Amino acid sequence: MESTSNNIHRVAKQDPYQYHDYYNIDDLLSDEHKIIREAARDWVKREVSPIIEDCAQKCIFPKQIIKGLGEIGAFGPTIPVEYGGGGLDYISYGILMQELERCDSGIRSTASVQGSLVMFPIYEFGSEAQRKKYLPKLATGEMMGCFGLTEPNHGSNPAGMTSHIKDKGDYYLLNGAKMWISNAPFADIAVVWAKDEAGDIRGMVLERGMEGFSTPEMHGKWSLRASATGELIFQDVKVPKENVFPDIKGLKGPLSCLSSARFGIAWGVIGAALDCYDSALRYSQERIQFDKPIGAFQLTQKKLAEMITEITKAQLLAWRLGVLKNEKRATPAQISMAKRNNVEMAINIAREARQIHGGMGITGEYPIMRHMMNLESVITYEGTHDIHLLITGMDVTGFNAFK
Amino acid sequence: MKILVCLSKVPDTTTKISFTDNNTKFNAQGVTWILNPTDEWYALVRALEIVEQQGGSVTVIHVGNAEGDQLIRKALAIGANDAVRIDVEPQDAFQAAANIAQYAAQQSYDLIMTGKETINYNGAIVGGIIAEILELPYVSLASSLDVNGSTATMKCEIEGGEETVEASLPLVVSANKGMAEQRIPNMRGIMTARTKPLSVIPAFANTQTQVEVVKFEAPPTRGNVHLVDPDNMDELVRLLHDEAKVI
Repeated sequence: MESTSNNIHRVAKQDPYQYHDYYNIDDLLSDEHKIIREAARDWVKREVSPIIEDCAQKCIFPKQIIKGLGEIGAFGPTIPVEYGGGGLDYISYGILMQELERCDSGIRSTASVQGSLVMFPIYEFGSEAQRKKYLPKLATGEMMGCFGLTEPNHGSNPAGMTSHIKDKGDYYLLNGAKMWISNAPFADIAVVWAKDEAGDIRGMVLERGMEGFSTPEMHGKWSLRASATGELIFQDVKVPKENVFPDIKGLKGPLSCLSSARFGIAWGVIGAALDCYDSALRYSQERIQFDKPIGAFQLTQKKLAEMITEITKAQLLAWRLGVLKNEKRATPAQISMAKRNNVEMAINIAREARQIHGGMGITGEYPIMRHMMNLESVITYEGTHDIHLLITGMDVTGFNAFK
Repeated sequence: MKILVCLSKVPDTTTKISFTDNNTKFNAQGVTWILNPTDEWYALVRALEIVEQQGGSVTVIHVGNAEGDQLIRKALAIGANDAVRIDVEPQDAFQAAANIAQYAAQQSYDLIMTGKETINYNGAIVGGIIAEILELPYVSLASSLDVNGSTATMKCEIEGGEETVEASLPLVVSANKGMAEQRIPNMRGIMTARTKPLSVIPAFANTQTQVEVVKFEAPPTRGNVHLVDPDNMDELVRLLHDEAKVI
């Protein structure tokens, strides 16, 4: 082992991961998609794989990778070029999220938040001045952002939020608190959603350093340990009026951000599943018991065969959703279905892969346990597993079973 | 400074190799192609570094069918200025080299660079053939390359040491490990590559393959491994004597 800055150990072992494409789904991708994927994978293997296990064990977000994440286009790839984005399609976005999550859901979370929850609303709802001020710096990672919607008492029911703003003439006075906020501890800006005096949800950009605005880190997570999570606390924060998104009112604003992020998750978790499957497949060929590789036994083959079947189905679902999203036809309910299905697929594969690895599966020698623990967050954030089911339920029956 | 970098497409290193047509053809079905690593990591990147320091342009050239376009785009994303694809799938090193040489003869490159060898057939002779056809000096296996005016200085690994050689431009060089570090294309490069020119031209005359493949054979499968306890030398001797019959 050799040391890097901020006490993170870099392992010399090469990341052996190989992609699996059982149904030749690559034929459905463009050459550019494949170049983006290969570049992201090469970068991840060189810069992130050697440190990810130590970061997760020590609960450190590796800030040194931020610049590289910007360079591979992980921050806001679908944002137009004139604002510093990649001007790419949604399949490219999905591919990037998949390559990051193949390494770690926490790293993907950092990129998801920056792209879908910070850059997307600033681009979609921000004034021209807000776009120009923030987007180019967010695209390179020179500036990092976080997204404040969830509150201690309002998770699945964001409409009940109590954070609020009062019009004071020259500015708005913001009070309240947000919880479970990825990137909060180090973010330079926060896209925050709070109710105005009429009870409408409004979005605004807060900058670190504003008086009364603090971002304490949350500790003790057993999941997404390589990503920083915190609270956002607002005590009489004076928010300049030019920092508020001019026109968007209501839940539509934050929910459209979540649709974009959920799309990224539907693609991303396939990466985690592929990493678990790839590791399990290799282990099953190397590990000898009863004088033959454990991959030669029927029960191991059942696990591996089911894994690649489920991965293939998820890949096709994600690809089709990407095409719909590119054509601006993907509905929030379709995105919910893919997020829910693919996260569950990934978590099940992580558990099966853990079994194939035997005792080794619980160690940091293999990525399995880290993926499994990460996915316990992913199945809950950006709309819980149950809520997404109810979205599908409502979509097909017409009845709202949320309340 | 005008540099031509030759790119070969090779099967991904994890490809399961098999043959068709009565073991006379490589089975390309389902193969993922990559840029030959020494072409990409060393020749291309060093060419870009030289042009970045001294000005000029880097053209990449590939002899092969349209499957190579994606790889050419990657090379453009890494930083090459433009690309040429000679539209014929080469059957041997001569066919690739003769086409590249004829194309290069129409231009005026200061440097023509290749990787030290391709990882498919490990021929390592394309550079030499190009140099021979164009009657240019050829330095193979260079692990460093510096250009000063019309002189190039190269270091080459030799048995037990290192050799430093000088040659005048124009020159053909094959690049070995150490000449440069792999560059991963960034998003800006990938976007810029969209608009860089890639011209596809037909094969030149008198460049047909000169080799006929009689047969490919896979290496023999590895036998079982006997693990012998270090304390049990008698057993080792018995195995070597009775079973391996080598002592």
